[in-house]
Amino acid sequence: MTVEAMTETDYPTSESFSRAFDPEVVRRDFPVLQQQVHGKPLVYLDNAATTQKPQAVIEGIRKFYAEDYGTVRRGVYELSARSTRMYEDAREKVASFLNAPNSQEVIFVRGTTEAINLVAFGYGRAFLKPGDEVIISAIEHHANIVPWQLACEATGATLKVIPCDDRGALIMAEYEKLLSSNTQLVAVNHVSNALGTVNPVKEIIDKAHAVGAVVLIDGAQSAPHMPVDVQALGCDFYTFSGHKIYAPTGIGVLYGKMDLLEKMAPFQSGGEMIETVTFEKTTFAKPPNKYEGGTPAIAQAIGLGYALDYVTGIGLDAIAAYEQELLEYATQRLLHDVPGLTIIGTAPEKAGLISFTLADAHPLDIGTLIDHEGIAIRTGHHCAQPVMKRFNVPATARASFAFYNTKEEVDKLVAGLHKVIEMVS
Amino acid sequence: MMTAVKSPVDIQNDIVTEFQSLTDWDARYKHIIGLGKQLPDFPEEHRTEQNQVKGCQSTVWMHAFLEGDAVVVQADSDAMIVRGLIALLLRVYAHQPPDVILATEPEFFHRLGMGDHISMQRSNGLFAMIKQIKLYAMVLKMQAQ
Repeated sequence: MTVEAMTETDYPTSESFSRAFDPEVVRRDFPVLQQQVHGKPLVYLDNAATTQKPQAVIEGIRKFYAEDYGTVRRGVYELSARSTRMYEDAREKVASFLNAPNSQEVIFVRGTTEAINLVAFGYGRAFLKPGDEVIISAIEHHANIVPWQLACEATGATLKVIPCDDRGALIMAEYEKLLSSNTQLVAVNHVSNALGTVNPVKEIIDKAHAVGAVVLIDGAQSAPHMPVDVQALGCDFYTFSGHKIYAPTGIGVLYGKMDLLEKMAPFQSGGEMIETVTFEKTTFAKPPNKYEGGTPAIAQAIGLGYALDYVTGIGLDAIAAYEQELLEYATQRLLHDVPGLTIIGTAPEKAGLISFTLADAHPLDIGTLIDHEGIAIRTGHHCAQPVMKRFNVPATARASFAFYNTKEEVDKLVAGLHKVIEMVS
Repeated sequence: MMTAVKSPVDIQNDIVTEFQSLTDWDARYKHIIGLGKQLPDFPEEHRTEQNQVKGCQSTVWMHAFLEGDAVVVQADSDAMIVRGLIALLLRVYAHQPPDVILATEPEFFHRLGMGDHISMQRSNGLFAMIKQIKLYAMVLKMQAQ
């Protein structure tokens, strides 16, 4: 079979998923959801940590390994050509998904953590100097705190933090006070993983640009849940993780504006990211190759392409609307029907998740006991210890939603919490 | 001088028998939570950051001292299930001589299949607690010599 002979119907496309949205129907696309845990139907509510994989992704990867697998960008032979085409097609799909103007601005990385580290190293450490300031927010994941702390320590720059109010919304007036001609970089999440707050990133970006700073948006919790248009936002960098958007682990995306990607220092060096190498001097390949040294996660990238086909087939607008409805329903039911429950994070705009505590049960007790009802929720500090400190809780329980969750599952969560309360009292 | 009435082996056999009489996991968890509620109050002066046991999602405080030739262990947690696990551990380990503590593995935990039901995160917490008890036993033994 030649590359040309491989028909479009061989692999899933976004058109093949296009249909009216019904959570009960889409659930059937996810084999793992069709099981019982501890004798009860699985209710999977840890989607902010990682999402389950649709059959199209699983089958697409199987088929790729079984029929087309080879290395990319190197081989002159048929399998390598096919794999390269599929890998680069996945990059095109990401560019289209983010509305990036140029697919060469899409760098494949392992995940959001690696993407932020890449920018903190290639831009932060390369260009920050004493007196410069980096701004993050009080509601960041550790992955968007620690790389900047290290970059600031290494360069003598200073880290500033936008505070949040008691609802978990950023205080924009305080952000404006932090901005100055010293601000070199602003790095904030689009949606908080610990609270669910949707940040006003467009406003944050515009204000940062007004003082000449570049902006990185951590989109780990937004890309799976809402349409994202990097041109409309105007961000300089945007990053998300594949495994949180129904794709495999080990693959993620850094979008960056070409002029920045060209001037930044390479993060990891090795094969395929070079132009010429002599022992005196190496010149680097153009982005994205400059940042993709070594053999990349080929099948994972292709799997990400299938996952994006799948979600765009359903439609991000439909996903966002349904998940908002689910979030609203869950918020009302938890607040009204579970005694002693406090929601941590009550910002006016939220997406995808509810962090909460119970008066009489530690989050660890909640998570352990509710697991026996077949319900998977996250407990702990969610890699956001400053957020836990801000809200004066050691940990929270967190239910996070995907479009395959249903109101019936929210009802099971409520019933499960009643059972927890009964067991601990 | 306080002497252990039963050996850790006998105590662990008792625990296994006790839990085997509980047929489902609801009952077992209720029993664990009940044991946690009966845990003696932890002395407030020992509720310090220094006495926190790392490696568990919940906060665990532990303190130990020698009474005669036996190690007295006191512990507490802000999570009820962990309090219950502490109660079980203290039944096995507290009031035993240091050498007995050092030689005792919490095999009741595995015999009950609790490793299958209590996820690794908490297993790690449990093992951190056992490690801490053994560290106390080791230090107290050296101090006594």
